[in-house]
Formats: sequence, structure tokens, C-alpha cells
Amino acid sequence: MKKLVYVFAIMLLIVACSESDDTGSSSNATSDNYNRVAMQTNLADNIIIPRIQNLKSALQTLSDVNNTFTATPNQANLDNLRAAFVSAYKDWQLVEPFNIGQAEILQYNFKMNVYPTTVADIEANIANGNYDLLAAANNDAVGFPAVDYMLHGIAATDADILDKYTNANYVTYLTDLIAQMNSLTQTVLTDWSSNYRTVFISSTENTASSAVNKFINDYIFYFEKGLRANKFGIPAGVFSATSLSDKAEAIYNGTISRDLAIIALDNVQNIFNGKATSTSPTGEGFYKYLVALDRTDLATLINTRIDDARQKIQNLNSDLKTQVEVDSVKMTEAYDALQLVVISLKVDMLQAFNVSVDYVDADGD
Amino acid sequence: MELNLKTYLNKTTDAAPLAVFRIGFGLMMCYGMIRYWLKGWIDTVYVQPQFHFKYYGFDWVKSLGEYTYLLFLICGLSAFFVAIGYKYRLAIITFFISFTYIELIEKTTYLNHYYFISILSFLMLFLPANAYFSLDNYTSKISYKSIPKWSIDAIKLLLGIVYFYAGLAKINSDWLLKAQPLKIWLRSKYDLPFIGETIMQQDWFHYAMSWSGMLYDLLIPFFLLYKRTRFVAFIMVIFFHVFTRVLFPIGMFPFVMIVSALIFFDASFHHKIIHKIKSLLGFISVKAQPIIYKSVYTVRYRKLVLPILGLFFALQLLIPFRYLLYPGELFWTEEGYRFSWRVMLMEKMGNTTFKIKDEQGNVFLVNNADFLTPLQEKQMSFQPDFILEYAHYLGDHFSKQGYKGVQVYAKSFVALNGRLSQLFIDESVNLYQEKESFKHKHWILPFTDEIKGL
Repeated sequence: MKKLVYVFAIMLLIVACSESDDTGSSSNATSDNYNRVAMQTNLADNIIIPRIQNLKSALQTLSDVNNTFTATPNQANLDNLRAAFVSAYKDWQLVEPFNIGQAEILQYNFKMNVYPTTVADIEANIANGNYDLLAAANNDAVGFPAVDYMLHGIAATDADILDKYTNANYVTYLTDLIAQMNSLTQTVLTDWSSNYRTVFISSTENTASSAVNKFINDYIFYFEKGLRANKFGIPAGVFSATSLSDKAEAIYNGTISRDLAIIALDNVQNIFNGKATSTSPTGEGFYKYLVALDRTDLATLINTRIDDARQKIQNLNSDLKTQVEVDSVKMTEAYDALQLVVISLKVDMLQAFNVSVDYVDADGD
Repeated sequence: MELNLKTYLNKTTDAAPLAVFRIGFGLMMCYGMIRYWLKGWIDTVYVQPQFHFKYYGFDWVKSLGEYTYLLFLICGLSAFFVAIGYKYRLAIITFFISFTYIELIEKTTYLNHYYFISILSFLMLFLPANAYFSLDNYTSKISYKSIPKWSIDAIKLLLGIVYFYAGLAKINSDWLLKAQPLKIWLRSKYDLPFIGETIMQQDWFHYAMSWSGMLYDLLIPFFLLYKRTRFVAFIMVIFFHVFTRVLFPIGMFPFVMIVSALIFFDASFHHKIIHKIKSLLGFISVKAQPIIYKSVYTVRYRKLVLPILGLFFALQLLIPFRYLLYPGELFWTEEGYRFSWRVMLMEKMGNTTFKIKDEQGNVFLVNNADFLTPLQEKQMSFQPDFILEYAHYLGDHFSKQGYKGVQVYAKSFVALNGRLSQLFIDESVNLYQEKESFKHKHWILPFTDEIKGL
């Protein structure tokens, strides 16, 4: 009896110490284990933080150009403002997947890019001048979609739009929108450099709450929801009995939604390959991680499928709303191509990484 | 032969091992219920879902909603009563029914070890586990020193079946020749101290674990049976289960198996345990009434009990082989996979989306998260019977919403043991028209690879 108790205790100890005497004999073993710290560091330093910095400067430009425009609302200044908006919106596409750290806490994405925006809410805010843009109820009245409406949609012609900006309420609302986007982005950026970067690159254990696993889950979630469903599936009517072209992105601008989607797709592919830009060499990231796990087949397949999806998207009208209205089958084809990528990421890549998922909590056997 | 069987059935043995087993089982089950409650799983698994996946033929088992907590309370209390041996027969019946009912509410959480507990508690209905060292002895003032030998052997046999069949199931090419799925799982344990970034990443270790796991399961019942190897075997039991507990999220199961394996030890060992418990509870037993110790417990309704147990074990031996009646790869179709001690054999993931069509030409996809919890969606995505049941649920739902002539099609991709995912379900089959049965599901697309073995 006592012997057994001792044995049990010793076993527990062995398991707890996990056979430390074995480590010496296989010291070269670390080479076949993927270095997740290097991956996280590459993601943070070469991809995430630079992209947020770019967005911040684009938003700062937007703010400056807006000041010029509101001081002198003429056609030339409106054109400049619109160009600054498109430029910032493109930079935003590169940041949206990183819903982690401060961005998650602030619900940054919900305050930056909920579309379709609700015109009635925006007009009501402008009319009564009393609003809290951070309130969840205003998520559909702020961010890029709201600015899109303010710059392209508040009136039928440019002359009428310019006329609206003789009204101080419109000026204030537009300025407030841009100011909030700037301040939120600054908060996220500051947190990355002062705090979250350290957490992000060191939290690499395989648990539901580790940064590496959260990032993998967030990445896949973004691909499935932010890219596949929001930009293509929902407007194409994949989830509804009829198509809903008004739910496409940047509908008031009416010329950039395809490009935004391609930028977003390039971005997820670059993240996958650990590249700072499309022309950079492949860096530490999911691609190399899969190769280290002897899954080159899957790593290659994912890139092929993303390339296939890009081809489908390139064939679409520059405005996806128009594409839905003209020929939604082509949209559905793009959706199907993206769905194949989702399968590869969500089924195959998650299986290969064997990530502890954050949403399932139960025993196995 | 018949004479041998008769003499065997009349053999008696010391009652202590079964009493210790009863206490261990009861306490662990009681703790298991509390643990489930504290983890918040009653809510997420039984209360929250708007829809429950049912075992074929058990549609009538309904969720009790908020009252599920009461069911767990009853189950936990009855387990405690089993442990102390108070009104044992009533307690074990209550435990068996309440535990099994809980498991039948929701198929998503099927685990072999829950099934094991269910059938073990069924077996215990027929065993004189309260004959010795139980509160029932104090109320009846009778205690028995010996019980029929078969009553302890029955538990040993059940444990032996569990291990041996788990070992048989590991004799397949994925497990032995590719070290899958252990290769995937062990490599992902890179964060364990010392071993995580070293041996967990080694090929030889994956193979060593696979082969030793198979041999362990096949041989451990025999090593436990023989006195000479028993002690070493038990140390292996502890090591194996504690090690798997460290590696995998398998909850209570390792401890259930460790405590259960104690039953293989001699009565003298169990008397020591009982002595220890007595000395710990000394302050209570002072007041105990004198008890008449009788030598042999006789089983009532023996003529009924023995055939039931015979049938029970015959089924236990046969059920795991029912998969032979189905065409196709068992790991792929999972037809005959459950209730067979196929433990940790597969790393399987899927993604299944459903397309609804109606006669007016409406076509749209379903967002699974609108109807299923994340755990349900995960399990549904790669198991054909789940996919079919959910397709019917969706069909009914949209018919009720007013769609006429609803058809339900599934697009499903499944990846098994590190192979690239492939199409799983025939997209052209309207699943709303297909009925659940024990027949082969013709709409499962064939597995494109081959897994050899049992």
C-alpha cells in the first residue's frame, strides 16, 4: 500500500519534470521544431506594426486634407479629400485582420469598418448634433463607410455635396468621424509599441489564450468573415434568398470595392507567407511553419487557392455592387474560390497546427 | 464444460475488493459531476443549445433545460450514496439512469469513457457491491465476508475488454506505420517543459508512443491478472494514464482507469485500504452497532441475473465488430465507430456548409452558428449522422418559415490524420429526403486513401 503511494508520487514527479534527463541526449532536436517566437516577431515588426503606422499616417493626411476642405469647400479640395480617403481605406484593409490586443478590447474593427452604414443614423446624428461616436449603437454610423457616405453619398451631384458643407453640422460630423478614426488608431498603435508587442512575441504556448493561437484563430476568422462573407458572400446573396448589393463595401464611392478586396486578399496571403509586401522574400509565418511540419503540400495548396481566388476577383467589375446587379454568378464564383481557401485554412491548417481552439471547452477521450 | 461453469459460478471470493471499488467509483463519479458543474459545462452543453443531436432511436430523450442542474444533483448524490453504500441498489439504479439520461440528451459530447461509466454502472446494478463495508450493513446489521467470484471477475472482464479492444483498434496502418494521429498531437505539445521542444518533436518518439500504446492496451489486462506482473503492470497503468493526462485534455478518465485497476489486487491489499479508511473515520464508527458477519452472500434472482450478464458481455464483445457489416473505411464513414473503445485514433476535422433550395428557386447558404454551438458545429462537421440530423433540422426549420418544397444539400470537406481535406458528402443528394437508419449511408463519398488494419 505504502509502496504504491510512493510509486504514484514518483510517477507524478517524473511527469511533472517530464524526463529532464532525456534532453541532453537529443540537444540537436530543436532544429526540427518551428520557432514560433521568430514567427511572431516577424509578424509584429515587419507586418503588423508597420501597417498600423502606415494607416495612422494616411489617416493623419486625411485629417489635414479635411481641414483644408472644411475651410474652403470647393471641388479641388473635395477631390483631394476623396483621394486621401481612398488611400486611407486601402491602408485600412491591411490592418483589419489584426483584431488582437488593444484592437480587440476597443472593438476597433466595429468602429472602423461596419458596412453597410446606416444613413438614417448618420443624418440623425448630424441633425441633432448630440452623439457619442464610440457608442455601440453608432458602429454603423462611423468609420470608413460613414466617411464614404459623407464624401460621395449625401447628395446626388458634387455641387450639391459641396453645398451641404456650408452647413456647419456636416462639417463637424465629418471632422469628428476622422478625428475618432485617428485617435483609435493612435491608441492601438501606441499599445503595440509600448506593451502588446512584448506579449505578442512571447506568448507562444499552445493554449486557448496564447497570442500565437489567438492570432491564428483571428486570421482565419477574418478571412472567413471580413473578407469572404462581408465583401463577397453577403452582397452576392449567398446567405439570403435574394442578393443584397447595397451591402457591398464602399458603395458611395462606387469604384474601389474590387480593389479593396484584392488588397485585402494580397494582405492575407502576405501574412500567410510572412512577407512585408508582395515582393518581399518569404519570411517566418504560417507557410514556413507548415513546411517545418512536413506539410509543404498544404502550404503550396493554400497559395495556389489564394491565387485562383484572386484571378476570379480580378475579372469582376471594379465596383462589386455593380457586379452583383449585373451578374451575381461571377460574385458567387469568387466566393466559392475563397471558400476553398477557408477550407484549407480552417480544416487542414488548423489540423496541422493542432491549435487549441478558443471556442470549444470540453473533455476529449 | 457445464460442470466447470457451474463450479466457477459457485466459487466465492473475499468481498473487500468490490467494496473498495464501489467506494472509489462512487467518489470519483460524485467528483466528476461537481467538476462538470463547476466548469460551467451544464450550461454550455445542455441548457444553451436550441437543438440537441440525438442517438438514433433516442429522440424521446429531451433536455430538461434549467432542470438539468437538478439531474446532475441527483446523479452526483446517488454517486455519493453508492460510495458510502447506503441504499446501494436504489443509489446505483438512480445513478445509472440519471447518468445515462444525461449522456443521451446530447450526442455531441459522446466520449468512450462516458459510455464506459454508463455500462459499468449498469453492470454494478447486479453486483453485491454493498455486501461488505457499507452503510447498508449497519442498517441491516448483516455483512458478508465473501461474495461470488464472478461478481469481481465481471468488472475485471469489462476493464479487460476496454483495454484489449482499444489495443486491437490501434492495429492499423495510420497508427503503426505513420504514427498518426500522435505525430500531430505530440508535436503540438511544444510548450511542455523540457520534453516539448525535444523528444516531442522526434519521429522515433511518435512511433515509440504509438507502438507502446498499442502493446500496452493489448497486454495490460493480462499483466494485471497475473500476480507476478501485477505490481509492475499497475505502475505502468499509473504512468500511462498520468502521462496521457498531461498530454491530452481527457478529464477524469485516467483517474477512473487507475482507481478501477486496483480491483486486480488481492483482497489483503483492499483490507489495508479499508483499515485505513476505518481509522480515518474512527470518530464515526465508535457509535456503530454490532454487526453479524455472515460468510457468503447469495445473489437473489441468480437465475435471471446470470443470463443478463452473459448477454451483456456477449454484446460487449460483438458490438465493436459491427463495423464489419458496413462498406468503406470505418474512420471515414464512422459507421460502427462509437461504443467500440476506439480511443484517440483520429485527428479529424471538417467544414460543412448547407445549401437550402426551394421550389420557387430560392437558394441560400446557412450560417451554422445561427443554430449550433461551436462544439456542436465542430462535431457535426465531420460525422455523417450529425450532418444528416442537422440537415433535417434545417429542412424543418425553413419549411416552418414558409418555404415550400425545401431541399437541403451539404458541401463538406473533411481531413483525416494529416491528409489533405477532401469532399465528404455527395453534394447532389438532398439530405432532407434521406432517412437515418442502421443501413450504410450511400451519400458519403468514398475515402480516396487506404487505411489497412482492424
